[in-house]
Amino acid sequence: MNKSVYSSQTTDKPSKRHLITVLVDNEPGVLARVVGMFSGRGYNIDSLNVAEVVTNDHLSCITIVTHGTDEVVDLIRKQLNTIVPVHSVNDFQDQESAVEAEVALVYLYLEENNKKESYKICDIYRARKIENENNTTIFEIAGTSERIDSFISDIEKICKIEIVRSGPIAISSLLRE
Amino acid sequence: MEKLSGSEIVIKSLIDQGVDTVFGYPGGAVLPIYDSLFKQNSIKHFLVRQEAGAIHAAEGYAKSSSKIGVVLVTSGPGATNIVTGLTDAIMDSVPIVCITGQVPQHLIGSDAFQECDTTGITRPCTKHNYLVKDVNQLSEVFHEAFKIAKNGKPGPVLIDIPKDVQFALGHYKKPETITIQNHRLFQPKIINNDNKVEEATKLISESRKPIFYIGGGCINSGNDASDLVREFVKLTGAPATMTLMGLGVCAASNSQSLGMLGMHGMYEANLAMHECDVMINIGARFDDRVTGRLDAFSPNSKKIHIDIEASNINKNVKVDIPIVGDVKQIVTKLISSWKKNNYSIDKSYSNSWWEKINKWKKIDCLSFENNSDIIKPQLAIKKLFEQTKNKDTFITTEVGQHQMWAAQYYKFEKPNRWITSGGLGTMGFGMPAAIGAQIANPEALVIDIAGDGSILMNIQEMSTAVQYRLPIKIFILNNEYMGMVRQWQELLHGGRYSESYMDSLPDFVKLAESFKGIGLRAKKPEELDNVIKEMINSDKPVIADIWVDKEENCFPMIQSGSAHNEMVLNNKMKQDSKSKEKGKILV
Ligand SMILES: Cc1ncc(C[n+]2csc(CCOP(=O)(O)OP(=O)(O)O)c2C)c(N)n1
Ligand SMILES: [Mg+2]
Repeated sequence: MNKSVYSSQTTDKPSKRHLITVLVDNEPGVLARVVGMFSGRGYNIDSLNVAEVVTNDHLSCITIVTHGTDEVVDLIRKQLNTIVPVHSVNDFQDQESAVEAEVALVYLYLEENNKKESYKICDIYRARKIENENNTTIFEIAGTSERIDSFISDIEKICKIEIVRSGPIAISSLLRE
Repeated sequence: MEKLSGSEIVIKSLIDQGVDTVFGYPGGAVLPIYDSLFKQNSIKHFLVRQEAGAIHAAEGYAKSSSKIGVVLVTSGPGATNIVTGLTDAIMDSVPIVCITGQVPQHLIGSDAFQECDTTGITRPCTKHNYLVKDVNQLSEVFHEAFKIAKNGKPGPVLIDIPKDVQFALGHYKKPETITIQNHRLFQPKIINNDNKVEEATKLISESRKPIFYIGGGCINSGNDASDLVREFVKLTGAPATMTLMGLGVCAASNSQSLGMLGMHGMYEANLAMHECDVMINIGARFDDRVTGRLDAFSPNSKKIHIDIEASNINKNVKVDIPIVGDVKQIVTKLISSWKKNNYSIDKSYSNSWWEKINKWKKIDCLSFENNSDIIKPQLAIKKLFEQTKNKDTFITTEVGQHQMWAAQYYKFEKPNRWITSGGLGTMGFGMPAAIGAQIANPEALVIDIAGDGSILMNIQEMSTAVQYRLPIKIFILNNEYMGMVRQWQELLHGGRYSESYMDSLPDFVKLAESFKGIGLRAKKPEELDNVIKEMINSDKPVIADIWVDKEENCFPMIQSGSAHNEMVLNNKMKQDSKSKEKGKILV
């Protein structure tokens, strides 16, 4: 249900995290249409990721993590379908069999006293060091958002960091025809 | 193949889409298109006096015919002036195609003269919009735009064309030579709803207190759709109520029709909605003006909802049987299922349901106290109806009390005869809409029932009406107030009439005459009949200035924050103060 002041049926239902992928024609303004629908109707965007996935047909995949009651997420799905360049909408909350991953890049402010310990944590999480021309310490870590969260919380205890994250993306793991 | 300029492609696309009427206003960024218009004879262009007038005229044209309204305006201010109309059209599902000029591509993004981000500004108020950068895509864009405007839930589509694209040479493609990918159009066929239809007819047949709740979707589905809805209503014997947008789907004179429901709807319609056990919503969207307080909305009913737009289902009210599809198609299925199963509603139940409804009807919620000195606005509409009911009449309105009185006291027998701004409530809609309706129906009598406030919002279009000899009639219920605002201030804000008095109103008779139209006035009840007669017999645009009771309120009324069964019938009944406080924050 919407959040109109006339509404009263919304309150007590649980709000859940949903990962939604939207396959769209990669044409100008398409991201603005999708994002504008969320802001215009007061829905949440927790993370957002966009990239072209089928180059020949100019198709892009927009991955959005949102949260809301089942009713709200159902409305989001239906609203997305009204957007002309949208091909399909997939709500991964419905599918047990999805694989999800996110990438983070982490800059470590290393000092003599935390160097060894930091490298050890990176090793535990299988974060990969990325060589760069400035010889600074940048690690790449991929995996579920929870895994990245827990990496961050561990490493932050001993080392100052700066981080960027891609937001999660997902794909169905079901056997294809 | 011969190459054409972009602006010639625009004209050719319009002609191939069957367009013969365009509403517009020129400017620098559309001069090439105006030049191409000049060189052809298939399309007639109507020059309005402000772009808002163009789009409302296109809406009136579309709503009174089954055609798509077409608008042509320049970049920058031309484009921004149509934003209200686009929003109006998307709210009321009116099929419109707007062409806007844009600065040449090399200037886009440079804050050039009369540049604005038209597609950015209009994205939320169009079904879809385009910025065409390649002249060779122009015809495809046009043909797709016309499909999208009409397909599924109709609405406005905008095509923004940079000036260099209008000059550039390219190839034209005919509509039949292009293919539109399926996902870009609404596809009703992919949804199989046959078992939902069976479930629905079974539920209706087992109901004791059913009611039809009929909306504008029935009108958008075409005239056949209204006939089918009438047939199904008749088959079941159930009462039927209509939304503001659905007036005319069932004839007002039909014994099963309870008239309009909602905030200013009929007492019997709202009570029947509150008490029903099965509600059959056909093409309506549970708008807040209809439902009143949601937690008390029809608490004991099972709800069937037929809507072409899936995103309308479960948006405001959770329903039991959703059916996504076109009204015409679904109601056809409902009728055949009803007949095939030999269904009927138990007579004894239906008798006692009608008995109850007839008791509510006896309250006579539209009764009002007449006065021999002052014209009551309700009387003015009643008299207007009496004198025009046997003519081929279209009624448009502005927004306010007069609009609600028109909806209550003018009795519509046919669909498509009532043209009003429902979703957005746009003051200034009615006169340009009347111009559009008159152009689509040259022989008809087209009347804009107006308020003194609203009419001034697009009064300049009087000049358009005169130029094209469109004999529209503007029937102003002049109460010298923004009456609806005054009414809310009286009921909710302690009678503090902040800025709702219409001071320094013009002399509407002289105003009409200055435009070279006809001005008439009625100040006393006994003058009404003659003024109306003179108005409808004139072959010129007329403004009839009807001086009505300044402080009349529009009743019945479900005040904001109240439920259907808490209707207020007159000034003496007051809303209880608790729901009044809650209602104050609502609009
Ligand atoms: C463009 C616009 N601005 C403001 C409003 C808010 N509004 C709704 S009704 C109304 C008063 C209308 O006055 P009038 O046209 O005289 O009609 P009356 O209610 O007196 O019949 C106003 C200001 C609106 N609906 N549209
Ligand atoms: Mg007024």
